[in-house]
Amino acid sequence: MGDLTRTELKHKVSAVREDIIRMLEAAGSGHSAGPLGLAEVVTTLYFDIMNLRPSQPNWSDRDLFFLSNGHCVPVQYAAMAERGYFDKEELMTLRKFGSRLQGHPERTKLPGLENTSGPLGSGLSQAAGVAYTLQYIDAQPHRFVYVVTGDGELNEGNIWEAAMFAGKYKLSQLVVFIDRNNIQIDGNTEDVMPLEDLAGKWKSFGWHVQEIDGHNIESIQDAASQARATTNRPSVIIAHTIPGKGVDFMEYDYHWHGVAPNHEQAKNALRKLRTLDGKIRHEGEGV
Amino acid sequence: MSDYALNPHYAADDVAKEPIRAGFGRGLRAAGEVNDQIVALCADLTDSTQMSLFKEKFPNRFVEIGVAEQNLVTVASGMARMGKIPFTSSYAAFSPGRNWEQIRTTICLNDQPVKIVGSHAGTSVGPDGATHQMLEDIALMRVLPNMVVIAPGDAIEAEKVTRAIAENGKPTYLRLAREKTPIYSTEHSPFEIGKAYILRSGSDVSLLGTGAMTYQLLMLSRILEEKGISAEVVHVPTIKPIDEQTILDSVRRTGRVVTAEEAQIAGGFGGAIAELLSEKLPAPLKRLGIHDRFGESGTPDELADFFKLTAITMQDEVEQFINHVPQYRPGY
Repeated sequence: MGDLTRTELKHKVSAVREDIIRMLEAAGSGHSAGPLGLAEVVTTLYFDIMNLRPSQPNWSDRDLFFLSNGHCVPVQYAAMAERGYFDKEELMTLRKFGSRLQGHPERTKLPGLENTSGPLGSGLSQAAGVAYTLQYIDAQPHRFVYVVTGDGELNEGNIWEAAMFAGKYKLSQLVVFIDRNNIQIDGNTEDVMPLEDLAGKWKSFGWHVQEIDGHNIESIQDAASQARATTNRPSVIIAHTIPGKGVDFMEYDYHWHGVAPNHEQAKNALRKLRTLDGKIRHEGEGV
Repeated sequence: MSDYALNPHYAADDVAKEPIRAGFGRGLRAAGEVNDQIVALCADLTDSTQMSLFKEKFPNRFVEIGVAEQNLVTVASGMARMGKIPFTSSYAAFSPGRNWEQIRTTICLNDQPVKIVGSHAGTSVGPDGATHQMLEDIALMRVLPNMVVIAPGDAIEAEKVTRAIAENGKPTYLRLAREKTPIYSTEHSPFEIGKAYILRSGSDVSLLGTGAMTYQLLMLSRILEEKGISAEVVHVPTIKPIDEQTILDSVRRTGRVVTAEEAQIAGGFGGAIAELLSEKLPAPLKRLGIHDRFGESGTPDELADFFKLTAITMQDEVEQFINHVPQYRPGY
């Protein structure tokens, strides 16, 4: 596990959010709200929860990360760059011709990615295949596979096929974070296709269920610890998040689901993101 | 010119018959014995698809998925990420019929060596009717980048194919038929991924077959022989990548082409040959198979007759084609 303090982790989260805005502005297209809302979850996974070696992306003892909602990949790229998988300058190639940073993640393009995703609903089942292998075939109980799914994504039937499968086989090395931000492209999730009782649904499929504030790093860490300590069931952590978190004119607004900021908006967004924490860090580092 | 080791009794009335999928079952078990990374996943049809042989031998490497074909191939994709070589099986109507996008994204684009084994393909599933008679699978799989597509001709070849694809490191679709199919090859017959084989030499027409249709073309060539027509029979088990050289060399000798498949000719095997010929050697082509319609309930024999998928029912159309269409000669 990582050895950063919570304050240091918060700084990493801020850096990831700023990179998300910069890379989306440079790309001129892409998804803003989801990646910003997932900054704490994904950054904490990469810096604190997962056992990784960025210099050896295929290290045989690593934990694995599956982003099931591939459109949120800017947060994964930003966290990976911050963690040292590749140079941060490369973030500015997002969605551009010839880039390793495809608009939706492609495993064969960028070392460190475990899957190729975009069409929704299939990342969970791939991770379940990994968890099954770790638990029943390769017998490596110390390794875990982590998944991030969207909530709108839970409309997909493939998700519930995977939920049944993981429940049947009690895939206890499978830990899923649901980004419960209540928005999808056509509006609010409960208007488009209601998901509640969401916790009850997963419980009934045999999962260990936790609900947390997805912007609270300590809650994310604790929930992951609890999930890892649950040895007889797969775990799902419903992380309540604010879409567009940190940029007030994006927060809660589903119109920002699939839109990138223009130059003015990006400038404003970066200003909003430079919180007190950020200023102290920048001054402390002489930036 | 053909040194293919044909079963010497292939034309006998009492030729040995076996479902092609039985060869798959044996091949998978044999592949599992030499490579412990091979795993098998099935969607509630373990006996039907003959995966049961592997399951009995290697229970720890067999995963029951239930009736969930999208999960079937995506769980397999995840297992492939862990270095496994997953074989997935269901009826072809459901896999790859239902889960095409998952195959496209998580297996082909993701370039994982997952094997999609579609059993009960074609019309020979008979009484079950059109819903279960998968005729579009060749077209669906052939169009995917990275995908290898193979339809073995009999059970002996299916066993060889299964062992070969276990080691090819690529996404692969294996098309299997249900009905007992005559054994025309032998243990000594060659099989290599990407190769077509000349089973009988001839000069008037190239009869190109894939899957169980190759046997019907062999029998057709004997009928034509009696009428003074010299037909070359080419077995094309690998539809993608297709063996351009063997096929084009044959067509250069004969100047006419007939294709036969138990599938939609549009986008299917006949479609693949049409694409090849139109660009490289535009010889006259007759495609036998299913012409833009669904199947229906009936016995396999009734359906084979109705859709003209037997040597006897094909002969008039093929004879007419040969008698009325001049041979293509390059340089004309």
